[in-house]
Parts: sequence; C-alpha cells; structure tokens
Amino acid sequence: MLSRTAENLYWLARYVERAEYIARTIDATLRVTALPAAYIGKTNEWESALLTAGVSASFYEAYQEANEQNVVEYLAFSPSNPSSIKNCIEAARLNSRSVRTALTSEMWDTINSAWIELQEVWGKGTSSREELARFLRFVQETSLRFDGSAYRTMLRNDAYWFSRLGLHLERADNTARILDVKYHVLLPEEEHVGGPLDYYQWTSILRSVSALTAYHWVYRETLKPWLIADLLILNDTLPRSLASCYSNLVRNLDQIGVAYGRQGASQRHARGVRNRLEHSHMDDIFQHGVHEFIQEFISDNARLGEIITRQYLI
Amino acid sequence: MAVAFDEMNGPGGDLRPAYRELSRWLKETPPDALEYRRQEAELLFRRIGITFAVYGDAEAQERLIPFDVIPRIMSAKEWATLEKGLKQRVRALNMFLRDIYHGRDILRANIIPDDLIFQNPVFRPEMNGQSVPHDVYVHIAGIDIVRVDADNFIVLEDNARTPSGVSYMLENREIMMRLFPDLFARHRVAPVERYPDELLSALRSVAPLSASAEPTVALMTPGVYNSAYYEHSFLADKLGIELVEGRDLIVKNDEVFMRTTEGLKRVDVIYRRVDDDFLDPLTFRPDSALGVPGLMSAYAAGNVTLANAVGTGIADDKAIYSYMPEVVKFYLDEEPILKNVPTWRCREPKDLSYVLDNLGDLVVKEVHGSGGYGMLIGPAATKATIEAFRDKLKREPEGFIAQPTLALSTCPTCTASGLAPRHVDLRPFVLTGSKHVTIVPGGLTRVALKEGSLVVNSSQGGGTKDTWILDE
Repeated sequence: MLSRTAENLYWLARYVERAEYIARTIDATLRVTALPAAYIGKTNEWESALLTAGVSASFYEAYQEANEQNVVEYLAFSPSNPSSIKNCIEAARLNSRSVRTALTSEMWDTINSAWIELQEVWGKGTSSREELARFLRFVQETSLRFDGSAYRTMLRNDAYWFSRLGLHLERADNTARILDVKYHVLLPEEEHVGGPLDYYQWTSILRSVSALTAYHWVYRETLKPWLIADLLILNDTLPRSLASCYSNLVRNLDQIGVAYGRQGASQRHARGVRNRLEHSHMDDIFQHGVHEFIQEFISDNARLGEIITRQYLI
Repeated sequence: MAVAFDEMNGPGGDLRPAYRELSRWLKETPPDALEYRRQEAELLFRRIGITFAVYGDAEAQERLIPFDVIPRIMSAKEWATLEKGLKQRVRALNMFLRDIYHGRDILRANIIPDDLIFQNPVFRPEMNGQSVPHDVYVHIAGIDIVRVDADNFIVLEDNARTPSGVSYMLENREIMMRLFPDLFARHRVAPVERYPDELLSALRSVAPLSASAEPTVALMTPGVYNSAYYEHSFLADKLGIELVEGRDLIVKNDEVFMRTTEGLKRVDVIYRRVDDDFLDPLTFRPDSALGVPGLMSAYAAGNVTLANAVGTGIADDKAIYSYMPEVVKFYLDEEPILKNVPTWRCREPKDLSYVLDNLGDLVVKEVHGSGGYGMLIGPAATKATIEAFRDKLKREPEGFIAQPTLALSTCPTCTASGLAPRHVDLRPFVLTGSKHVTIVPGGLTRVALKEGSLVVNSSQGGGTKDTWILDE
C-alpha cells in the first residue's frame, strides 16, 4: 500500500485513541476532585491531569491557573492544544478523508458523524458538569465504535495492521504517562503507608485506564499499589497494560513482516521491548526504580514510533 | 427570450410520454412525503461526506450540493440521438488534438486561424510530435449539453481536461434507489453502475507498451483541499486503484513509481485530476508542490500514460469551441449531430461591434474561464455591471466570446412553494479507450434552483438531479 496511506491509518488510530485517553483523564480527575479535600490532600489534580496529557508546559503559555475550567477547556476544546479532544477528532477526520479508500464505510461513518456532532452539538464547549459528562461519554463511545468497526469490518491486511500499530503505540504511551506522573503513590510492598488519600489516587489511576473492575477480578484483593503497578505494567491480560500493548505490537509487526516477506528494525526493536517486559518482575522494577523504568519505556516506545516511520511510512 | 421548453409538460402543457408514470406518482404522493425524503437524502449525503469546497469561502469549507429528488427523465430514443452525437463529437476532439500536435492539416486548410492555437496559453508546445498510445488524448470527456426544444440538443461546452461530476451521477442514483424503490419499480431505468468498470478498462487499454500485462493504474489528486476531492477518493475506491498525490510519486530513469510500504512500485497509467500547470514543476509551474518532478520526461519517454493527455485544453477552449462544427466535418466528413450555440468571437471586429451593441441580450464568457466565474449574463445584469463589462471587453476583446441567452429546458423541481419548473443542463461522461468510445446511459443533470436562473454551476448555487434514461 502507499506509504502515505499507511501513515494516515497509523495516525488516525493514534488520534482516536488519544482523544479517548484525554476524555478518561478528565473523567477520572473530575471524580477525584469531587471528593472532600481531606481525601485528596493538597495535590492539584488538574495539574497532574495536564502532566499525564503531556501538555503542562504549553498550558501555562495560555493560562495562569490550573483549575477545572481552564484545564477542561484546554484539554477538551482548545484549538491551540494540538492534543485537545477537538483537535484529535478533527485530525482524525482529516486523516480519514485522505485515506477514505482504505477505510470501511463503517469506520468513515463513525469519524465523520463524530466530527459533525463535534461541530453541531459541542461547537461552544460545555457549560455544566452534566454536559461535560455527556461530552466525555460521546468521545469514549466514538472511540469504541471506531475500534469496534475497524475490528469487525476491516480486511486483515497491512491497512489493518498499520492502524493497530498506531492504536497500541499510543495506548502504551498513555498508560506509561499515567504511571510516570503517579509513580510516587505506587510504592513497593514494604514501604506501603497508604491512607485514604492514596486510596483515591489509586482508584483514579485504574479508572483512567478502565481497569478498576479488572483489578478486582485479577487479584481478588483490596487495592495495593504494587499490584496496581503489576497490573498496568506486566499483566498481559489487561488490554491497556504495557505488556499487552507490546504483545500486540510484536504480533502486528510480525504479520506485516510475513506479508511483505521481510523483517526489519521495527520488528527487532519491538521484540526487544516485549522481552524485557516479559522477563521483568515487580520486585526488580521497584529496586531499579519505577520512575527510571517508566522513563526508559517511554523513550523506547517513542523510538519504536520513529523506526516504524522510517521503515514503512516515508 | 423564448419560453423555455418544459421536459415534463411539453409545449401547450401536454404531458410528455417519458414523464407519464412520474406524473401519476407525483399525484399519488403527498407533498410532505417528498419533503421528508428530501431531508433524508440530505442526511445521507452529509453522512457519506459527499461535499465540495467553494474557493474563497472560509465559512463553508465543505458544502453539500443541493440534491433535488425529482428525477429528470429521457426516452431511449432521445438518448440514442444524443449518444450518437456525443460519440461523434469526442472522436472529432481526439482527431483534432492528434492533428494539432502533429501534421496540423486543419490549420493548413485555413479552418482555424494559426494564432488561436499558437498564442493560446493552453496550447502545449511540449506535446508537439509526442505520440500518445492509440492516439487517444481525451479519455474522459464531460460534454455539457442543453436542450432548447423537443428535438434539439446543443453543446454548451466540451470539457476535455479534468471534467468532474461523475460521482454525483453514481451517488445520486444510489440514493434515489434507496429513497424511492417504488418509483423505480414503475420504470425501466437504464443502470449507470458499470461506469467505474468501463473507466478502468478504458484506462488499462491505453497503458504504454513498456507496461506489464497487468498495468498499474493510479488516480492522482491535488489532495484533500481540492474541491473535487470527494470524487477523487470515491472513484479510486470504485476502481480499486491507489489514490496518489504528487508526493507519493517519484520518477527514476524516466519511469514513474509510487512509494509504498514495500518499496517503490511502477505506475503505468495515471488518471490525473491535476491540471497541466501543476503536473511537473520542472516543465510547468516551478512553484507547484502538487506535481512530480520529472513526470513530463517519463511521459515523453512513453513510460507512462496520462489521462487525459497533456494539452487537451486546446480542444475545449472557448475560442476553439465556435469552430467545432467545422472540426467535426473536417475530420469525419459527417454533419455534426449536436449543434453548437451560435457564438460571436469578440476577436473579430464585426462580431465585437455586434456584441457591444447587444450586451444587454447576450451572455459574454471569458475564453479561458470556467465554473461560471467572470461571465456576464446580459438580461440579468444591471446597467452598471454591463458598462463595467463593456470596458473590460474593449480592453481585451480576444479574451471573450458571446452567445445568445438560451432558453434552457426546464424540469419539475421541489421548491419552497411546491413543484415548479427550473432550468437544467446535462453532463454525460464519454470514455475513449484503445478501441471503443462508450457512454453509460445518463449523466449529471444540474439544476438552477433559483426561479428563472440560468446558472447551474454548483459554485453558484446550482443543484443536481438523478438522470433517468428509460430502457424501452
């Protein structure tokens, strides 16, 4: 297929995934900030929402204070934030238009309808919490519909695999960013001094990767920070864990390699990252430092993006 | 101006046979049901994303072309005449182009003045002596036809460069079949859906000799911001070919390749929807980022076929248009089946003085304009507009032609105050391959939605209708 088409499909999936992630971040932050101050301590949750979205620096160029109104506006609707939900959906639609021939009509319909709704219903932003909740639901549903229609209607060929690469690469980045911002509340077993304060931080982390229920099913335990880290980093069964994202990246890259009859740098790099995750234990990670581990992962993941681009997309 | 011929209720208000069933159906169908279907159609268009861009209109970057749900109907007999005339016209256009870029018999026979060719900016000296596969220059033609009475079809314009609109012909039909299955059941409407197949075989039939047995065809678009982008992606999809932009292509050793995820792949035929000027920055406009450096040298080497060929603009130029009846006779030795609109060439002093004396009754067009921009419609213009135009015309008479305002035929159309006659034209699409000239029965009917308006262009508020050729 055309390199440009592959590139567009890859970015299309990334934008949709990112929009959903930002929506989840806002949603989780709203829940934490609704709690009485005694439960959440002095940390500014809106500040950390900006950090997990990776847009903290650019935010302060436009705003003074990281409060609910400003952060929601910036993350959801701001035209000057390239990762705002609005911009993600617009970029996704533009990408879709450029590769319409590679999309199924269901996928196009999802993105196009979302884009129309974005303009017609949400053109002026939201004016109440209730409206905001509806908006966030709309974004998450769009992502689900898009993902579902890709899964159900696309031919299983390179177009599908490139779109999945974008999805999993973005997803891995998002999960890693949450861990990066919140690593200080995820402590090894022996250092655990959790109060009610941390408890709500933990549920918030799990909620932003839609893993709160999953946690209980996997561990059948009350919330323990080292288990949360284990779930999000190493547990292959959780779709948003780093391990799961890399199983998928390796598989999709292998499928491309087989179809084209040629393996390359991206296959090797992805397999390297996957192997490291497979052979890691939480104890070692804590010993080595969660923060360092995550930092390294984020840069490895970004490297994979660059290698895929060089190998296939230009 | 004469009273317009109405295609449903002919002269004297007699219902014409092709419309008998439709008329009965209209009487049975409550008006609000029509309005409901109209809204449904609009919703479908918007969801599918069938939009076009209007240049210079930032508010509405993407707009829908209004769709009128009342079909325009022609009998098989009317179509047969039209089809014959269109094929004849397109054959002549191709022979004319071959001649202009080779022997130039027509100039030596003094039928067309030399300077109209050689001083014409759309004449491409690069094409002199260049051979093209099977001597086909215009693979896809969109001939604009108007009707003035029961018997006469008149050619308004020969679009021989990159005519657009065929996606509307196909999508209008799809949507009509979804909305009005009962109405279709009461007619025998000739299908149009084989157009993409015929286009693809025409394109493959003109592949260069150096191409493999399975030539690779690609559709080249200027990109998502082009007004006809939807159509480009629609056609690429229907043809099952890659939709490429200039940056996807690269020329090496006079061969054209596209960049794919598996490396470079040779392209043999390019159905290009990019104007000549933007094809190759090395040959034409150096500032063009849409084109492919070296494309023209691959073309000259005969390693790639461009459809339509470079330089076809000289055949549909408005200055050449007025000579088309002579062109048909010269090459085919036949009487032209389709008439021309009588045309005054402002470059000729006698014609100019007539035009200046009668500006209020004439339509004056720029020779190189298109899309209905920059024209004067005398009877509809204010005195001041006419005077301003008069100055323009005197300054550069060779830039203009003038024609009488035609009484374009009308068809019943949904309006705010119920069904009413509105003026229409027709653009059928004529395909030329190595062996055949083919036309699917139908075309794009454009309708001027404003009462009394004669301008059907979508950029000027025109709409479209499905066009039915009855298969009797």
